[in-house]
Amino acid sequence: MSQPKSNKKPAIFFVAKAREPLFSKKNRALLKDPLDDNNPITVQVLGICSALAITVQLKPAIVMSLSVVAVMAASNVIVSILRNAIPNRIRIIVQLVVVASMVILVDQVLRAFAYDVSKQLSIFIGLIITNCIVMGRLEAFALGNGVWKSFLDGVGNAAGYGFMLILVAFFRELLGSGKLYGYQVIPDALYEMGYENNGLMLLSPMALITLGIIIWVQRARNRKLIEKN
Amino acid sequence: MNRDSNVYTFGFAAAMVLVVASVLAYTASSLKDLQAENVRKEKMQNILSTIGIETDREGAEKLFNTYIVEQLALRNDGTVDEAVDAFSDIKLAFELKKDANDQRFPLYVANVDAATYYIIPLRGAGLWDAIWGYIALNEDRNTIKGAVFDHKGETAGLGAEITQQWFMDRFVDEKIFNTSGDLVGINVSKTNNDPNDTDKDDHEVDAISGATITGDGVSAMIVERLQHYLPYLKANDLAYNN
Repeated sequence: MSQPKSNKKPAIFFVAKAREPLFSKKNRALLKDPLDDNNPITVQVLGICSALAITVQLKPAIVMSLSVVAVMAASNVIVSILRNAIPNRIRIIVQLVVVASMVILVDQVLRAFAYDVSKQLSIFIGLIITNCIVMGRLEAFALGNGVWKSFLDGVGNAAGYGFMLILVAFFRELLGSGKLYGYQVIPDALYEMGYENNGLMLLSPMALITLGIIIWVQRARNRKLIEKN
Repeated sequence: MNRDSNVYTFGFAAAMVLVVASVLAYTASSLKDLQAENVRKEKMQNILSTIGIETDREGAEKLFNTYIVEQLALRNDGTVDEAVDAFSDIKLAFELKKDANDQRFPLYVANVDAATYYIIPLRGAGLWDAIWGYIALNEDRNTIKGAVFDHKGETAGLGAEITQQWFMDRFVDEKIFNTSGDLVGINVSKTNNDPNDTDKDDHEVDAISGATITGDGVSAMIVERLQHYLPYLKANDLAYNN
């Protein structure tokens, strides 16, 4: 079969569907909303467990945030790619397997390249699997949306989670140990004048209270979040 | 294709398991060397910290080679097995399963500023999983210079506190032999009326509240491991006048 090659491409390629730009307003909202209006921690109150546990210092909080960004973006993308192939009856199992394998990957990489941090985070990395935010976004978003949108949604929600984690860790490390990212920031002179670190800040209850104050400030700024009645 | 059919569901699950398993196996095996290197350096770091030398993981190897002058693999009778490398050949997790006569007992001899220390690796059982550590003895082979503990899965905030410096510091200057020269080890005791651990001749340290079984595991592991070193430790027939 030798057909003369025509320069004309099949017509279907010319029927350009009005494509959404990569960062359309809707897509930007996917990234931005979870940072404030729809923050997974302060508004949806998900993922609180790890937010309390690993916010004693900035460093683990940052590593944890990056890990969650990686896990959520990757698993959202994978589930979104497979969304038309995943058998409905085992979709939760499939989501779990995807998240679990991403988490193991992150754990392995940390063990090889950031050993101390991985020891510190040990159990919490494993607990990303049970982080409600991850499963929640897979079930609520990735299963019904395209790859790019799911990616943005994953990054956005993980960033919203990470932002809160880092914010809480900032205050806890600053007030609890007088340090930021392991470096002392409260001058010795202040200690000599009788200032003392607040040991209570190092304990989990103060993470909850810090979080409460953050929610208060956020709602004072953002009136949309205040429930009516 | 009917996505709700049993055949499809099983087929999908089987394919998924295969893919996931091979990806994870590939990652694990390709990162294995880097991870093993981290574990090796951490071991050096732990050994050094029992004799009061704190270092980061990067500097550990150099300091280890400077201060650790001998690495011995002892037999149960106190003789040295030259064929075995104490640091890399002996995995206590496996050794513990063997008969005492088939085990090799690693011992590190350190020399810091003309003082000699004997560092003995420990391993035993906590509440949930393995606990391990290192204990360093002074030149008298009786008084503890320092100890370091670690664990696999003890409860955070309770049993896991054995890795805290304040707990490990309690062992410093305690003695493992009583005045008659019998090995008694160090008892992590709940009835120890000495919370500040000022009495260094009682062979006891204060236990951690809520971590009884982990604490008992620490006591048991110290005696169990040290008893195999008796022929070596007592070779010089030192007097035990505390």
